[in-house]
Amino acid sequence: MKHRYLPMTEQDQSEMLDVIGISSIDELFADIPEKVRFKGEYNIRPAKAESALLKELSQLAAKNADSKQYASFLGAGVYDHFKPIIVDHVISRSEFYTAYTPYQPEISQGELQAIFEFQTMICELTGMDLANSSMYDGGTALAEAGNLAAAHTRRKKLLVSEAVHPEYIDVVKVYAKGQNIEVVTVPMTDGVTDMVKLEELLDEDTAAVMVQYPNFFGQIEDLAKVEQLTHAQKALFIVSANPLALGVLTPPGKFGADITVGDAQVFGIAEAFGGPHCGFFAVTTKLMRKVPGRLVGETTDEEGRRGYVLTLQAREQHIRRDKATSNICSNQALNALAASVAMTALGKKGVKEIATQNIVKTHYAKQAFEKAGFEVPYQGAHFNEIVVKVNGSVADANKGLLEKGLIGGFDLGRVNTNLKNHVLIAVTEQRTKEEIDALVQEMGALHA
Amino acid sequence: MHKENQPLIFEITKAGRVGYNLPELDVPEVDLSTLLPQGMQREEEAELPEVSELDIMRHYTALSNRNHGVDTGFYPLGSCTMKYNPKMNESVARFPGFANIHPLQDEASVQGALELMYDLQEHLIEITGMDEVTLQPAAGAHGEWTALMMIRAFHEANGDTQRTKVIVPDSAHGTNPASATVAGFETITVKSNEDGLVDLEDLRRVAGPDTAALMLTNPNTLGLFEETILELAEIIHGVGGKLYYDGANLNAVMSKARPGDMGFDCVHLNLHKTFTGPHGGGGPGSGPVGVKAELIPFLPSPVLVKVDDKYTFDYNRPQTIGRVKPFYGNFGINVRAYTYIRSMGPDGLKAVTEYAVLNANYMMRRLEGHFDLPYNRHCKHEFVLSGRRQKKLGVRTLDMAKRLLDFGYHPPTIYFPLNVEEGMMIEPTETESKETLDAFCDALIQIAQEVEENPEIVQNAPHTTVISRLDETKAARKPVLRYIKA
Repeated sequence: MKHRYLPMTEQDQSEMLDVIGISSIDELFADIPEKVRFKGEYNIRPAKAESALLKELSQLAAKNADSKQYASFLGAGVYDHFKPIIVDHVISRSEFYTAYTPYQPEISQGELQAIFEFQTMICELTGMDLANSSMYDGGTALAEAGNLAAAHTRRKKLLVSEAVHPEYIDVVKVYAKGQNIEVVTVPMTDGVTDMVKLEELLDEDTAAVMVQYPNFFGQIEDLAKVEQLTHAQKALFIVSANPLALGVLTPPGKFGADITVGDAQVFGIAEAFGGPHCGFFAVTTKLMRKVPGRLVGETTDEEGRRGYVLTLQAREQHIRRDKATSNICSNQALNALAASVAMTALGKKGVKEIATQNIVKTHYAKQAFEKAGFEVPYQGAHFNEIVVKVNGSVADANKGLLEKGLIGGFDLGRVNTNLKNHVLIAVTEQRTKEEIDALVQEMGALHA
Repeated sequence: MHKENQPLIFEITKAGRVGYNLPELDVPEVDLSTLLPQGMQREEEAELPEVSELDIMRHYTALSNRNHGVDTGFYPLGSCTMKYNPKMNESVARFPGFANIHPLQDEASVQGALELMYDLQEHLIEITGMDEVTLQPAAGAHGEWTALMMIRAFHEANGDTQRTKVIVPDSAHGTNPASATVAGFETITVKSNEDGLVDLEDLRRVAGPDTAALMLTNPNTLGLFEETILELAEIIHGVGGKLYYDGANLNAVMSKARPGDMGFDCVHLNLHKTFTGPHGGGGPGSGPVGVKAELIPFLPSPVLVKVDDKYTFDYNRPQTIGRVKPFYGNFGINVRAYTYIRSMGPDGLKAVTEYAVLNANYMMRRLEGHFDLPYNRHCKHEFVLSGRRQKKLGVRTLDMAKRLLDFGYHPPTIYFPLNVEEGMMIEPTETESKETLDAFCDALIQIAQEVEENPEIVQNAPHTTVISRLDETKAARKPVLRYIKA
């Protein structure tokens, strides 16, 4: 078998068999019982050479409508933001992407330092004391936060706002089931968490309250009020935040959040049909030893030079085994690196400027929709998403938009029966005034 | 490589520098204070760096120079399958039609992506011998837990609520018991026998009506094939439990033995190991789960199906465990794995396993005279040496691992599995040449000689790296987990 990934020659093979003292490779598999031995080859597609496979796969990719060709107004947790070109150049350095987890710090200082910088940037944005090296994504990070809260408070009920991403809520429920934790959703009113209902539901069994900031509908929750109600019952206050929005919004740490999680996809990470993205997990110092996943800490070597290591590993699965409170091993290190590069490139000014543009452009879109006669039911403050009511099926409207080169918003009827014919429109800094105007015009034309 | 500290990005920041340019705002400007409620507008700016684009590139280039990857040199880290990461995979994953598509687009506009996912599932079904595969789990540990949650739902659906225990061998990855705990099970350990295999008598003793599942890696973490796999399966199935396959070591048995044919009911795969999705410095991975027919109703929702030549997600799954991840898994990694499988084909994947196993056995025989070999029989894709002979001379396996750094190698996995004293777990993979294996063996043999003749050089290693051994106790005692401006 000759293949560009397989350097074995016939000569190598025969020399190696000699050293082992056998005459065929088959002898190395003789311990597989005859009854379970697989004979022959897999019934899968034959190998394809590089050029032919590249051509086939590029044609397959071309069947998809991508946000490079289409102007996308779809958000709902995954966004088309500006990705500085430099991000891909950095993460393409294979010293980073072909490395394993940095368990040998002497030859992994690059990765370790990059993660330490990532942890710092997440702390800066969220206003929390410390952050881990990343989680799979925002949804599983929120779910792990729920499990942490239940273990920490020894309480068995989580209150999650209905205005949290519905797929995140689904994930929270599955993780909670594993630990026999009850999940109760808190209803919303006018697109934000209903504080009266929240207060009613909060009791001494409540481990934590979870809200999203800005929430699934783009609205900005009253974190001060949630904090006050939550801590009055000694429950933990968990915020799932969009870290880009924190460029201009008061960070959850300032409001007394105990845990802030979210997804850093907004920073230089491709939409990639939903993954891999990059969850983050930030806490107050009091929860430091309960954080899931890997943490990088600063220390010194034998000569007193500054260096970085994975630390507080006693929390983790490979040490604690069945006593571990989380089983996470691999996280999203390479995407955390991508996010770090994007946060670095945008920097102190850029994150603020982009976040501001998102709010202002969304405000422009909101006014344009209202001017065109659309109802925008939720009138609270927003970040980069608004809900618009349309006359008729959102799916049909989106089909029409696609023909005009536009990817329409998210059909809220898919997740909430009360919101049939409502669409969640995301307007990032990537969308031009012309594209916004075209969207409003086309949607009007489709439903006038 | 420079040995001086590489400054943190925050230490080279300078007010007034930028690393980006954004188009001018093309809609009317609005004062944010009129759009945000009082108290919601951030007062203190986040202290992110202020650097130019060249500053950024130099910074990360310097960091990359302080990092060892597979492309830097040999990386025989046992159980991690550090094989070559094909560059073609990286290019394909970056095609706009794969990288820049949104998970909530209308299905009609992403048929190419769905076709790829579906075909990958079909390939993984054939490779594992299972009946259905989900691509939703994001990593191996996530897949383990997903499968255990399905087993739990299966037992609960049968009214078998007393099945609260999951059995794992003493040689198992730490993730196995951790996943069992997170899925709400109690972990029971089954002993290994003197051959390094699961002790059947002990298994019979611990298995019973409270058994939910046995989690097994085959070949196990010693690189040994569990020859009594059918008996193991019979014992577990006999008491009504399910057999779970940890796919971490699948590279050892492709085209040789399929989990589905060995009696396993479910399996997770690590696409970032066997199927070359890169490790990324610790992720992202991808951990698909395959199941036999009985467990299909419990698969995470949604399930990708093909109806009249169109691909669509089926959300109508009344017995599903629910959703384990937003959207549909780590698609970007799945694209890479698919590209790899299609590059190799059936004969290629068979050769992968044969060469991986040949390489491991060759190295084991070259090294056996110099180190203790606790289990002296043909191994599969990896083998475990013991450093107890060297320990008697005052040199620990950790020291020898650090000494390997001076030769430009990433050391093997050490002190694992737990049932080998001073263990050194070596996995060469099939993508390494005989010259590389020989050079590494020569280095390890030289180190064994140094242990006898000049132990200090090993005990004080490494000598050539950018930094020497780090004070881990200090790091843990007073943790500094972020930069704070002096």
